[in-house]
Amino acid sequence: MKRVYVKEEWCLGCHLCEYNCAFANSGLSDMALALKGKPIYPRIHIEGRDRITYAVSCRHCENPICVDSCIAGALSREDGVIRVDQNKCVGCLTCMLVCPYGALAPNENGVMQKCELCLRNACGEPACVQGCPNGAIVYEERGETV
Amino acid sequence: MKRYVIIGNGAAAAACIEGIRSRDAEGEITVVSEEEREVYCRPLISYYLQGKTDEERMRYRDADFYRRMGCRVLFGRRAVRLLKDRREAELDDGALLPFDALCLATGSSPFVPPMEGLDTVPRRFSFMTLDDAAALDRAVGPESRVLIIGAGLIGLKCAEGLSGRAAEITVCDLADRVLSSILDAECAAMMQRHLEKHGIRFLLSDSVGRFEGGTSVMKSGASVSFDVLVLAVGVRPNVSLLKEAGGDVGRGIRTGPHMETSVPGIYAAGDCVEAEDVSSGQPKVMAILPNAVMQGRTAGSCMAGGDEVFDRGIPMNSIGFFGLHAMTAGAYEGDMYEEKTEDSLKRLFSKNGLLKGFILIGREERAGIYTSLIRERTPLASIDFELMKKTATTAAFSADARVKKFGGVV
Repeated sequence: MKRVYVKEEWCLGCHLCEYNCAFANSGLSDMALALKGKPIYPRIHIEGRDRITYAVSCRHCENPICVDSCIAGALSREDGVIRVDQNKCVGCLTCMLVCPYGALAPNENGVMQKCELCLRNACGEPACVQGCPNGAIVYEERGETV
Repeated sequence: MKRYVIIGNGAAAAACIEGIRSRDAEGEITVVSEEEREVYCRPLISYYLQGKTDEERMRYRDADFYRRMGCRVLFGRRAVRLLKDRREAELDDGALLPFDALCLATGSSPFVPPMEGLDTVPRRFSFMTLDDAAALDRAVGPESRVLIIGAGLIGLKCAEGLSGRAAEITVCDLADRVLSSILDAECAAMMQRHLEKHGIRFLLSDSVGRFEGGTSVMKSGASVSFDVLVLAVGVRPNVSLLKEAGGDVGRGIRTGPHMETSVPGIYAAGDCVEAEDVSSGQPKVMAILPNAVMQGRTAGSCMAGGDEVFDRGIPMNSIGFFGLHAMTAGAYEGDMYEEKTEDSLKRLFSKNGLLKGFILIGREERAGIYTSLIRERTPLASIDFELMKKTATTAAFSADARVKKFGGVV
């Protein structure tokens, strides 16, 4: 399956992916309306140190510990994509306690959200990838480990 | 065709069913469910009291789960005996269930110590099941004074769940602090202050001397009047079926890494099990949902011929009250690194070059990176631990390790 991968050596640390993510998941069609003057809650974030930066989002693990750990049965794996049912989530943060990548965080209402590859929003495929000015985030197949 | 029997119908059982079906699409699976309910999210019963969820959303699996998995579920039935030589489980109605492989997912039961006059209390409840929560829900009104015995995870989540719905909530505990199984004194004091701000009253280092109807006379001499009593002293793993069959039982059912007990063909998973805590190296009952699920799936897969192992168990909890979250994991041993402010706290414990445990209050960002260091026993010498202490970040891993984590399928 296709996943989001980062190329550390190309990442400029510009944080545009975070804005594109927040916009794609806002449900709005005007970026300024969606984001301007508001705190954003993206599902991808830039990490780094010294002169290295890179974007981190859900790895869509083959054996996702977040799904195993969800006390609300809100996280599931569907066709390889790890999804959260926000209607079931109670915001206990157990998934944050266990994700080895730090890839989950709550939205402004304390309900968990995570990268679902933009497959169900208006974007249709990862907005972070489409909007990356330096091609540092890619959406591609890299083989399954089985 | 192989015959599988699962005793219990909680999260471990659901995972066991899925584990079996990952390897055997045909075998006959029978689930013995004492509760007359399909599998639901037990840890959500306090959220149910709060009105943050409801029975439908509390389903752990979709309504079609058992049919899809090809399972027969015997609701309202209880296993009373394992006939290990005949490889049959005897139920409370006398029925005998033959099995090739059986999984004990029997969970735990509330432990109620002998307390003088307990039978004089008209309205008393446990807080373990959805039925308990529903009964409590009906019993509590705006005028109610609630006394909760036990300031552990269950008692305090119950207190939060009832907050704003009752006139008075008092929690007492024999321990000198709240959440004594997961927090040290200072961290517990921080959580207690927060709970007190939200109207929960505490009587610590104190226990019930005797009950006289709606009054509890405490050993300290204090007296508490109440309308509703909740007993949340603690839980005990349900081990008797295996114990009576001559199996190896400590505080919980002992198993090997494939979750097989000392009786061949009989497996166990979930809160009834005692397993190695890899942070401390000690056997422990780590009664948390994530371990139950991982153990259940491991057991199911191995019952169907697989060779998965469960070997990364640690105690870990994420528990929030009125917006303040405490995350804890592992063992609090060795050197401590600390950061604290008025309302947040981070304590990391390391020993022999490994991260052993942590306590995080109001500092939940990317906490899972710390948890993974403990579970995977990552040598701290292989990461930039100075950076990692300050911020949970994958940037503290070596470039090679980052390529493994982010460069392919994990």
